[in-house]
Parts: sequence; C-alpha cells; structure tokens
Amino acid sequence: MASSNKTSKAGGGLGDRMKNMTDTNLLLTITIVVFFAMYIGAIVFQGKGFLKPQTFFNILNAQAALIITACGMSLVMITGSIDISVGGVVALVSMCSAVYLDFHNGNIFMAVVISLLIGLAFGAVQGFLVAYLDIQPFIVSLAGMFFARGMTTIVNTNPFNVKNEAFVALKETRVIVPGFGSVNKIGKYVDAYVEIGVIVAILVVILLFCVLRWTKLGRGFYAVGGNSQSALMLGINVKRTKFLAHLICGLLAGIGGFVYFMHVGSGSASHASGMEMNAIASSIIGGTMLTGGVGNIIGTFFGVLSLSTIQNIVSSAGLDKAWWTGITIAAMLCLFLVIQSVVMARKKKA
Amino acid sequence: MKSKETNKSNVSEFFSKIVRRQVFIPIAALLLLAIFNLVTDPSFYKITFGYNSAGNPVLSGNLMTILDSGSELAILAIGMTLVTAATGGQDISVGAAIAISGSVILRVLCGTDSRPETLQAPIIVAFLVACVVAMLFGAFNGVLVAYFKIQPMVATLILFTAGRSIAAWINNNELPIINEPSFGYFGGFIPGIPIPTPFFIAVICMVIIALVLRFTNLGLYTQAVGINESSSRLNGLNPAFIKFLTFVILGLCVAVAGLIKVSRFSTINYSVIAKDIEMDAILAVALGGNALSGGKFSMSASILGAYVIQFLMTTLYKFNVKSDALPAYKAVVVIVLVVLSAPIVREWLSSMWKKIKPEGQGKEVA
Repeated sequence: MASSNKTSKAGGGLGDRMKNMTDTNLLLTITIVVFFAMYIGAIVFQGKGFLKPQTFFNILNAQAALIITACGMSLVMITGSIDISVGGVVALVSMCSAVYLDFHNGNIFMAVVISLLIGLAFGAVQGFLVAYLDIQPFIVSLAGMFFARGMTTIVNTNPFNVKNEAFVALKETRVIVPGFGSVNKIGKYVDAYVEIGVIVAILVVILLFCVLRWTKLGRGFYAVGGNSQSALMLGINVKRTKFLAHLICGLLAGIGGFVYFMHVGSGSASHASGMEMNAIASSIIGGTMLTGGVGNIIGTFFGVLSLSTIQNIVSSAGLDKAWWTGITIAAMLCLFLVIQSVVMARKKKA
Repeated sequence: MKSKETNKSNVSEFFSKIVRRQVFIPIAALLLLAIFNLVTDPSFYKITFGYNSAGNPVLSGNLMTILDSGSELAILAIGMTLVTAATGGQDISVGAAIAISGSVILRVLCGTDSRPETLQAPIIVAFLVACVVAMLFGAFNGVLVAYFKIQPMVATLILFTAGRSIAAWINNNELPIINEPSFGYFGGFIPGIPIPTPFFIAVICMVIIALVLRFTNLGLYTQAVGINESSSRLNGLNPAFIKFLTFVILGLCVAVAGLIKVSRFSTINYSVIAKDIEMDAILAVALGGNALSGGKFSMSASILGAYVIQFLMTTLYKFNVKSDALPAYKAVVVIVLVVLSAPIVREWLSSMWKKIKPEGQGKEVA
C-alpha cells in the first residue's frame, strides 16, 4: 500500500513518508508489519508447526466466517456507525439453516437463500432505524443482538449436528491449494486445502475492497463517516448511504452465518458468542476507527489473521490454561490501540 | 366558556411540559408496564410476609424481586451515566470488572484455602481491597480514554476481553465457597429486617450521588466536557481529568455491585457472573432518555431506567418466558421504547396530533 503513494517516494525519510500517507494507509501498514512480525516470531520461537502452509490455511478455515462478518463491521464502522448484532445473526442463521436442513429435509440452495434473507432483514430494519429515524446505532444493534440470540433459542433450544447428506458432502468439500502441500510424518505428500468458506471470504474481501476504493458508493461511505455534514453538502445522500452500509453488513452477517454453519455443521444457541466483539477487535487491529472515515478491508483481513495467530501461538505454547487467550488478545488490542493513538497524535503534530 | 378554554390550554401546556421532561420516558414506560400487569393479573402486586430458611422475617413478591435484583443495575447506571455524559461513549467492561472485583473479595476472604472454615479477613477489608482494585481498572480505562484519546467502547473492549480471564486467574481458577452466614447479608436479608439488603445499598449509593451532584460541580463539569470538550478547556476545566474521574467513579460502583453479586451466592462463576450486565446498564442510561453521545444527563432518569428493565424482566418471567428466550422479548420492548422516544418520531407524532386537533378546536369555537 505504501507504494501507492507517489509523493512518498519523492519525500525521502521515514517521517516524511508517514506524513504523506493517508490515515487509512498508515494504519494498514502498521497492521501488516505487525502481523508478519508476529508470524515470523511464531515460526522462530514455536518451531516448525507454523512453517507448514497448512497451519496458515487452518487459521483461514476456522476464521472464514469472522473475516466475512468483520468486513461488514468495518464497512459500518467506516460510516461512523456500529453493529453489534452480527454474532447473534450468525447464531440465528446457523440454527435456522440447521433446522431447515435437518428437520424439514430442505435443499442447500434454499438454506442459503434463507440465510441471506435473515441477514438482509436484520440489516434493513437496523439500517432504517439508524439512518432514517436517527436512533443511536449501539442501542439499535444491541436490541438486534438480543432479538437474534433470543430467537435462536426459540427456534430450537438444544444444540444438534446436521446429518443432511448433501450438506455433509458440501461441508467436507476441500479445495486443494496447489504448490503448498507438505510431507507428513510417514513421508507421504499431503496437499494443502482450504474449505469453501475461505473462497467465499476471499471473494468478499476483494469485492468489498474494490467497491470501497473505486466506486462512487464506496467513496461515499468514507465521506459520510469522515464528516456527514460536508458529505451532505457534496450532494451525497447521507441517510441512504448509512442505510446501505447497515444493509450490506446484515447481508455479510448472513453469508458469514452460513459459512460458519458450513464449518461447524451444527446449530446451537451458544454459537458465535462474542463474535461481534472479535469482529470489532479485528477491525480495530486492522486500522478501522470507530469514529468513522478511516479504515480498509485488507487491514481487517489482516486484523482477523493477527487475532487468530495470537490464539494459535498461545495454545501451541502450552499455555493451555484458558485465561491466557483472553489476556493476550486484550494485551495485543491494548498495544495496537496505543500505537495507533500515539502515531496519529505524532502525525497531527508533524 | 373562555375560562374553560384557557384552563384546557393550561392543562395541555402542563402535559407538554411533562412530556418534554427527560424523566417522562422511564416513568411512562414504568406506568405502561405497571398498568399492563394490573390488567393482566393484579396478583402480580401481592406482597407476602413470611420466614426464610434461616428463620428471618422476609417480604416476598414480584415488587420485592424488582427492588432486590434491580439494585446492581441501578448502582451501575449511576456510574455509567457519568461516563456517558463526560465521554460520549460507554464502558462495556463493567460485567468483566464485576467478575474481577467479586473474585478479589473472595480471594481476600478465603486466603489460600478455597473452602475456609472461618473468614481470613474482615468483610470490610475485602470490600475495600475490591474497591481499590476496581478503581484501578477503572483508572486503566480512564487513562486510555482520557489521555490516549481512544474511543471509550474500544478502550474498554480490552478489559471486556481480558476481565473474566483475570478474574479466573486471581483465584487460580478455583471456585471458593464461603460458609459464613454474615457474608450473605449483603445480597440477602439482615436478620430482623424484612426488606432485601441490596435495596438499601442501592439507596445509599443514590443518596451519596445525589449529595455529590448537589454540593459539588461534578455534574456541571461532566456535562460541560460532554457538550463541548474544547470550550470547557478554554473555560479552565481539565477535560481529560474529568473523563478519568468518571471512569474511577464507575469503578467504585462496580465494586459495590460486585459485593452484592458474590454475596448473593457466596461463590462465583467467572464466565456467568454479571453476564451482559454492561448491555443492561447502557440500556438503562438510554431508556432514561440520556443521549448516548454525551452531554446533558439526568441521573434519576437513568436509575428509573434500570428499574424499568428489571420490571420488564420480572414481568416476562411471570409469563413463563424461558430465560434464554428472554432477550428476544426485551429487544422488542426496547425497540418500541426507543422508536417512540426518537426525536424524529416524536415530531411526526406531534404534527399528526396538531392535524387532528384543529378540527376539534374549530367545533368548540363554532
């Protein structure tokens, strides 16, 4: 991203370079550098496990749903709003799909449609309340979260595994990544693979990145989040833009819900608990600011990866006592926030 | 005829004055719930006098339940209102902080043994230690928000993530149980007094905050900082310190709520204790009609908001709603309340009212 700024090359020293970068690019660079530093650190200190490409792909497999929902979260945060209902929507979507596939013997296509509709419905209602009735997004999506979590238990109380054959086949589908295989302990060559959800997640990341960077609508999101007054004067329909951000976030929560469901293959009311906070945390680590106007989807992608790499490092370091995960993630979040705050303050001074 | 008309306009003016008052929102919600319960089942209000298992006289009934279990929320709402007013953001770590302070209390009371025969330290010492710890964590949040200028929700996300882990770590992931009956007084009943103790604790907190707001400039300063930070700085206030202070006060509230919570069960479950209470506390502030973006606040409205939430939950429990499904109903009520209190909707409603009204007036004049 640094190279995209032509003036920075002419500027010379690191300080000038930082000064010439936009806020978004600066925070993104920090995120990517920290992620690579962390991963290399993991390889050095944790040994060979992290050197295997499959370890990296496993992180992707496990976090595909989080990547998708975090993308939606970043989008909403860029417009200066927030949506904490995504975790609840993911749980509701996976429960509804599970019930539909297992109890009603439905087909997968309809399950996907149901998932998307649930997500869109949440996005539309919350977007309407936030954008057109001017109610605080935190309260609206808090109610959305309560509603989704409550509905999940109303749909079905007990967790269960889905045995629908077509679905199990889909769940077991592996996409081979050529060239990244490794030799296992018996000396047999094993191909590296990712699940379908990862493909979906990467498509979402690329699509959203392009929309945010090169379309009028995408620039509108930044304008509204940066300063909604001036956005209004520029002729941007602020209310519609906010509504659309929430709608897309809801849709992505629906997609994320189905991807999550494909990964775990079961419905449960306790699924995806705390996912909204993880999504917010990854967006922040990725350089999106809650005040709006600053953020990048690629950063969010790396934010999710950083978060789950930390989790992997903690669990493989033998710190199996459960509390270490929470404490390390919090410490990392703290570190990132302080770095961001200090860098932004220095930049303002310079 | 004329006097009647002026009388009428006076009445309508009076009503519109009340409606415009901030306390109106939670009071209206409370009345609505109260009338709903009265219509559906008047026995909701029955209060019975009996003796609990320890042989102490107790009052029981739904109203007592509301006063009893709404206490923690009311206490938290006090601190949350101040934080919201000063920073324009919310502290989402209070649930986790309650887990920490509860864990500290048990740790001090139990010492090294997780099943002590006698308490290792006086309860007041344990409580004071918990106060200090909770205020330190509040100060941590406060420093991040006030001096590093991180948005409150994001800054407190750190403690939200780590809090319950820290709480488990303090007690080495053991679950201490306290057999001392006097420890249970704070979350139950003091022998001889039939009203639950948490209610008294909440009232003490309310009186203290009322005195503080009455005799110090805390209220004025927090509102000034919340409305316009730079202009309050130009007027000689120190916005960063005031923001910091509100977080420390919230820490104190958390310690009190933590004492009540652990006293209720005489033990602790790190992942369940005070779960989602941060959401309810923020909701209480919002239901009180306070702008979550900071500025002016009404403390009494927030506290009433907390009891509205508890009233609603007790009502739902009475209708045999499962505790897992409870949030769905709560969400519907919250949305209805919030939509009705939204300025745009209120304007629209009043314009509709005006459209209907001229016809009636015209008839009267004719």
